[in-house]
Amino acid sequence: MALIEVRNLHVENRIADISFALEQGEILGLIGPNGSGKSTLLNSLAGITEAQGEIILDEQLLKDIPPRIRAQRIGLLPQATQSAWSLSVDDVVALGRLPWNDNDMAAIRLAMEQAGVSDLSGRKIDQLSGGERARVWLARVLAGQPRLLLVDEPIASLDLHYQCTVMDVLRAYAHQGHGVIIAIHDLSLAARYCDSLCLLHQGRIQSQGSASAVLTEATLSTVFDIAIHVDMQSDPPIILPK
Amino acid sequence: MSRLITPGLILCLLAVMLISLHVGSAQVEVFTGLYDWLQGTSNRAAIIIGDIRLPRTLLAVAVGAALGMSGAALQGLLRNPLADPSLVGASQGAALGAATIFYFGLFSSSGGLATAFAGLLGAGIALLLMLGLAGSARPSLVIMAGLAISTLTSAALAMVLNFAPNPYAMQELVFWLLGSVADRGLDSLTILLPALIIGAALIWQQRRLLAGLSLGEQVAESMGLAVGKGSRIIVLGAALLVGSAVSVAGNIGFVGLLVPHLMRPLVGHRPDRLLIPSALAGAFLVCLADIAVRMLPPGRELKLGVLTSLIGAPVFIWLVWRDRKRWL
Repeated sequence: MALIEVRNLHVENRIADISFALEQGEILGLIGPNGSGKSTLLNSLAGITEAQGEIILDEQLLKDIPPRIRAQRIGLLPQATQSAWSLSVDDVVALGRLPWNDNDMAAIRLAMEQAGVSDLSGRKIDQLSGGERARVWLARVLAGQPRLLLVDEPIASLDLHYQCTVMDVLRAYAHQGHGVIIAIHDLSLAARYCDSLCLLHQGRIQSQGSASAVLTEATLSTVFDIAIHVDMQSDPPIILPK
Repeated sequence: MSRLITPGLILCLLAVMLISLHVGSAQVEVFTGLYDWLQGTSNRAAIIIGDIRLPRTLLAVAVGAALGMSGAALQGLLRNPLADPSLVGASQGAALGAATIFYFGLFSSSGGLATAFAGLLGAGIALLLMLGLAGSARPSLVIMAGLAISTLTSAALAMVLNFAPNPYAMQELVFWLLGSVADRGLDSLTILLPALIIGAALIWQQRRLLAGLSLGEQVAESMGLAVGKGSRIIVLGAALLVGSAVSVAGNIGFVGLLVPHLMRPLVGHRPDRLLIPSALAGAFLVCLADIAVRMLPPGRELKLGVLTSLIGAPVFIWLVWRDRKRWL
């Protein structure tokens, strides 16, 4: 039984005919050029963008699930998060418990450990570096312990060390019996960390499946409109513009 | 530490209310007067305490609480520390609404109720226009839209003053606009108190939304919070608070802006935890300012709203200066 199944998803002028399924314990990588519909797809899966078609979460239609229950099961980490106020790291992570309307300290502490921000406890969010902040946002969404985690470009502003740290956290979270869908630009990291990939182009799925099936020089060169070098034999895989 | 804020503020508020009952041109025994007034005895002390100082004190507290809480709610909703009832046009809208009723003498049989209702309507319309014009919670747009709407309402208010039927009517309007809690009876409370309770309850009920909105609308919505509906409830609550406060007491400036600013560091900058302390601190400050007004040398009375602006503006300048240092 799939954790989430999407059938013929359609958002006017943004995405069309999107169908895929994700089993629990897996990471699905959404790749594709800017404007190919990755964020729109994530937002409609999170239930905050109106979409036609069917999204089935745990054998239940997403639109039949009340918003709060939906938020308990699906966590969304948007691309650009900012805090309007100078909140403490602990308070930001605790916001992840809003869908549960509790202040489960065990869940909050666990999320801070998972995201590696326990040592930032007591600091103010606006005094942290970009890398530290990105991990606090991640801890916030992990604190809600969602069955399905949707993350939009979580590593865009991170250095190499933190890129791998965050991807490791996401993989570990998926392997604990959850599902993770990540929009990601770094194709090498996508190949290395994701169990399956979904390549979007102009709002439609160009190809989906295992990394080696999706990441071919021919497909990528067409979609990204630039010659791309792919070496899936190397460990880790290398995918770079020529 | 943050747990002590609310009880501490309640104690300060009770103390300042007690002082407020003591301060005045005549020397009277507060507790005897209060007791006699409650017993229905009409001696000098009972009249001074029960009919003059008690309404004045309670009004100052209610108006301050309404302004403090509405400021905290609007700042949380718009994620903007500058969102004050007067900077977003709500106060001017309320003044315009109330002044129009006042000026035309409409519904005079309903007493203060029509003025209060018009104030509420004016504040609500001004806030909705501002939100519609801004279209989003982006700080610069909110400030520009607020400026546009408050300019518009101020112009309309100036027109009402311009066509005042006689100099006395105009003077009365201007004095009322300057803001005061003096010479109003306990019946003003029958308007202000329900509005304060309902407005505060509406806002309080949406405190989780205010917390969630700290991280933006998208995050709040993904956490299952009804952003659109909740925002409208907060706007309605703030309009109730500002509208009723302005219609009873005129413009008491800067309370809604400064009080949340002062309280914010004490509650870890959390917009949901800011609501009650802002209401209490607003009540405390307005009551204190009203005591100061009464302690000034006799003669022409300085209006409460003028005093809060005179104190508030320099604090505001200091806040700008402090923020400026961060960028320069």
